[in-house]
Amino acid sequence: MIGALLPHPVLASIEGAIEFIFSPQSSNVTGGKTVGGIDQVWELLLNQIELTVFALALALVVAFPLGLYLGHRGTGESLAIVIGNLGRAIPELALIAFMAAFIGVGVLNLTIALAVLGIPPILANTFVGIHQVDRASVEAARGIGMTEFEILRRVEIPLAIPTLFAGIRGATIAIVATATIAPIAGVLTLGDFIINQNVYGTNGVLAGAIVVALLALTLEFSLAGVQRLLTSKGLKLSNA
Amino acid sequence: MLLALALTLGVAACGSSDDDTGSTEAEGNSGGAIVSNPDNGKVSLTIGSKNFPEQEILGEIYAQALAAAGYKVKTDLNLGSETVALRAVKSGQISGYPEYASTALTSFFGLEPEDVPADAEGAYEKAKAEFEKEDLTAFPPTPFASANAVGTLKTTAEKYDLEDISDLEGVSEKLTLYGSPECRQRIDCLAGLEQLYGLKFKSFKPVDIGLRYTVLEKGQADLSILFTTDPQLAAEKDKFVILEDDKEVFPSGNVLFVTKKSTAEQAGPDYEKTIVQVQEGLTLPVMQELDARVELEKQTPKEAAAAYLKSAGYTG
Repeated sequence: MIGALLPHPVLASIEGAIEFIFSPQSSNVTGGKTVGGIDQVWELLLNQIELTVFALALALVVAFPLGLYLGHRGTGESLAIVIGNLGRAIPELALIAFMAAFIGVGVLNLTIALAVLGIPPILANTFVGIHQVDRASVEAARGIGMTEFEILRRVEIPLAIPTLFAGIRGATIAIVATATIAPIAGVLTLGDFIINQNVYGTNGVLAGAIVVALLALTLEFSLAGVQRLLTSKGLKLSNA
Repeated sequence: MLLALALTLGVAACGSSDDDTGSTEAEGNSGGAIVSNPDNGKVSLTIGSKNFPEQEILGEIYAQALAAAGYKVKTDLNLGSETVALRAVKSGQISGYPEYASTALTSFFGLEPEDVPADAEGAYEKAKAEFEKEDLTAFPPTPFASANAVGTLKTTAEKYDLEDISDLEGVSEKLTLYGSPECRQRIDCLAGLEQLYGLKFKSFKPVDIGLRYTVLEKGQADLSILFTTDPQLAAEKDKFVILEDDKEVFPSGNVLFVTKKSTAEQAGPDYEKTIVQVQEGLTLPVMQELDARVELEKQTPKEAAAAYLKSAGYTG
């Protein structure tokens, strides 16, 4: 079936990559030691997940409360947008190299550099999500005597869940994909397979790319699932 | 410290770029100006290189020299690894690129590092013979050679009494080693230090090669994999030292220009002649200075190459 759709060389490369993922292969430059295989893939995969979790957590801690606050107050729109755009404009590699001179390379450097990627989408979407909640609902909540914090927690956040999650999902994908470059700054992630073609061969490069893509898709679907669980029934109906 | 460094290099740079007669390094190596041959105008060449400063400088030197000889020249100086560069030559994407003889022998032809001939001529003959089997050829080597090296701060070397890599026995367990990501598994790098010297390090951290001095200066790395052509080694002798590779894990390589046999035939005799002529001035101090201009003074490889060609009298 797939064979009919894809030209033979493409198919052969994919087969080679899958073989690389599951069983160790010989390499020209290692002096006889094998490379790849499920154990090594697993180790690098875990490193990539760990780094993603750290960076996403930092981005959330910074951007989520700020977005909630600004969104609830309905002020600081320009601030949220400026931070959002600035974050997008910062080149990741330059940031890692710049911070290397102050805090060195390693997990801390990468966590901060990757969090910078995650902050803009979380901040912008949190702000917009909270800000766009129907004012009539908010006034009604205030009318029945809810405190400002209760309004945020029980009215605004539940109604803004789809938009909030769009930001978190965007941040997650950006972070997990970019965590691939971590091996240039002291942490071995799946990018090791991709940047070291001399060691791992083209099979390793493709294998690394495949595993990163699968990881990103898995995270995307998991977060979509969490989002469904958290979305209130009424909102689901109105969206349907 | 930094000021003194900038000053030395500034003086050196002035000496070689501002006046044609006073070029100290390239003196005596000058093979005369390159002559443009109108016949070459029919030949288009694309000169490639791998994507780090020394390679880009070499690529520019060859490209500008060939242009001076009358060829139509384009450059493609951002090929990732040697595997990518070799494939680009074979597929015709580029006409040729500079490669270290040691890298060619170990990475392309599977030699163990200790089997790489120590002399430039021997390594060249062997590499050329291997390339010929794949319908490629290699032009004669540059005067300078480059190798990986284990480097450290002078203070660290004094503290642990280190001169040779063998001196690391018994202390390496306490030391962190930083190197390029691919160093980790290469036999001519970390794998060789572990297997052939029997060393165990506290940890190995992969970093971009652009950070190889930063991690030492920052105190993160006790040891870092450096290149023997690094300008920092010449400019900051009191700060950085390299440990003698007494068991020859890091083969030293002169640079060979690799091209297809058919390209060499089509391009005519000026192709090889120009490349060999223009690299005659590339001794270790000259290469270090060119690297310094790009890595420390932030000139572009193009500017550094042009200054070299001019000061050595190859171009007007």
